[in-house]
Amino acid sequence: MHAEQISVFLENKEGRLAEVTRVLAEGGVNIRALSLADTSDFGILRLIVDDNEKAESILKDAGFTVRKTRVVAVEVSDRPGGLHEILDFLQKNGINVEYMYAFVRQKEDNAVMIFRFDNTDQAVNALTGKGFSVIRGEELYTM
Amino acid sequence: MIFNMEFETLPREALEAIQLRRLSANLERVYATVPFYRKKFDEAGFKPGDLKSLEDLSKLPFTTKQDLRDNYPFGMFAVPMDNVVRIHASSGTTGQPTVVGYTARDVQNWAELMARSLAAGGASRGDIIHNAYGYGLFTGGLGIHYGAERLGASVIPISGGNTRRQVMIMRDFGPTILTCTPSYALHLAEAAQEMGVDFANLKFKSGIFGAEPWSETMRVEIEKKLHLSAVDIYGLSEVMGPGVAIECIEAKKGLHIMEDHFLPEIIDPDTGEPKPPGETGELVFTSLTKEAFPVIRYRTRDISSLNYAPCSCGRTFCRMARVSGRTDDMLIIRGVNVFPSQIESVLMEMSEVEPHYQLVVDREGNLDTLTVMVEVGEGAFSDEVKDLLSLEAKITKNIKETLGVSTKVKLVEPKTIARSEGKAQRVIDNRKI
Repeated sequence: MHAEQISVFLENKEGRLAEVTRVLAEGGVNIRALSLADTSDFGILRLIVDDNEKAESILKDAGFTVRKTRVVAVEVSDRPGGLHEILDFLQKNGINVEYMYAFVRQKEDNAVMIFRFDNTDQAVNALTGKGFSVIRGEELYTM
Repeated sequence: MIFNMEFETLPREALEAIQLRRLSANLERVYATVPFYRKKFDEAGFKPGDLKSLEDLSKLPFTTKQDLRDNYPFGMFAVPMDNVVRIHASSGTTGQPTVVGYTARDVQNWAELMARSLAAGGASRGDIIHNAYGYGLFTGGLGIHYGAERLGASVIPISGGNTRRQVMIMRDFGPTILTCTPSYALHLAEAAQEMGVDFANLKFKSGIFGAEPWSETMRVEIEKKLHLSAVDIYGLSEVMGPGVAIECIEAKKGLHIMEDHFLPEIIDPDTGEPKPPGETGELVFTSLTKEAFPVIRYRTRDISSLNYAPCSCGRTFCRMARVSGRTDDMLIIRGVNVFPSQIESVLMEMSEVEPHYQLVVDREGNLDTLTVMVEVGEGAFSDEVKDLLSLEAKITKNIKETLGVSTKVKLVEPKTIARSEGKAQRVIDNRKI
């Protein structure tokens, strides 16, 4: 039930982010969501794209350090307290969120959040068991 | 002032006669007592009796730092331990440190040469010497100390560190001579300024600086900021320690080598062929009087040249040019010797990083900084910031533990470290010295 995310190591220097988007654009890969974590020296770009295999191979060919990471896409009610319901549930069940970010598009009336957990399978089971809607990777990439 | 008028002003002919006599005795002794030299001489087909002139020295093989390491710790000593009264060791070298020993007479000779050096640098009996070279295995602190006592000066054995206390003592004790590394001298100037102490109001006349590369520009800066006359001192533990050569305060045009104790040569570092006076090459030393740790044609890896022209100070010893570089890739970072290969072996031992790295040396303010750029390959890449930060911290810690030098580690993208002709450009030295 998990989705795959492409993570790219970037040095904090001019033009590196644009180089990633250039490579993906030329390869015809569409970016569905992204998040950037950074320090003063380096950054980690996390991407949900429509074609993981292609994105990984063209970025590697361009010399980037790339890895695939398992993440979980969860539907969140688009109303006050919607996100809190999920986080509250996760906290009470001892499920640790490494990081999270928002997906650009909505699914019907719901927002979509991307989560990275230290234990993906446990998190997916707990969330689905509770009735939260976890979006399959294939569906996510083309949403 | 010339401390030893008799020897320091010997006419060249008389000096060479002494050198030949001492060299001859030295070769006999090392052949008889040090298996390493006996083997080397035998391989070269050289018997100590074959030495007829100083030129014959070039028939002998060189001794390298690797030879000293191979004989760690005491294999190169030429006397039984009973006769060794002092042991020093070099800092932060690849693998094993280089260990050197001194007999009572060696310590006496060293004190004599350091007394000459201090005198050449403007010190005399009645001066107070603020000695901020480190005391310990490093030869700097104790070398200067014994020379100062021999000279009859008062020595403050302050050693390195605790800069604010140093400034307080400089203000209260009124030392007249400063001995430390040139970068530490500038650091002291900054600290004094912060504490509201003006060097112009202190009593320093001159400073004797060495143990790391510096330049004429730095001399101008030190003299201006510290209000003293700055001279350059040269030495290395393998040959003796500080006091192998000293600039005279009168001329400040090259460093007089204590030629009655050390025989200098300049060679082509690639071919090993001796070069004529005035030409630049690698400095090689043969000790003439040392008992515990004699060296024959020791390759210093320091680049210099020799000048035999008379000096206005009256000393007849030849002068070596300020060391302008190294023939190997050794870096001196805040007084610690660092070889890029040491960093490489630390990285090689860490399975998570690629052995592609680059060292960037900068001088920020007056202190040298070393940045280690490490390429992040797939093996090291985690998509979580905390993992990468802890990797940086781990590399920093491993380097510190192995080399004793603090570095800043910077993770960079793969293949961004320039590779020239298939071989990486390992070191970028941005220091303007």
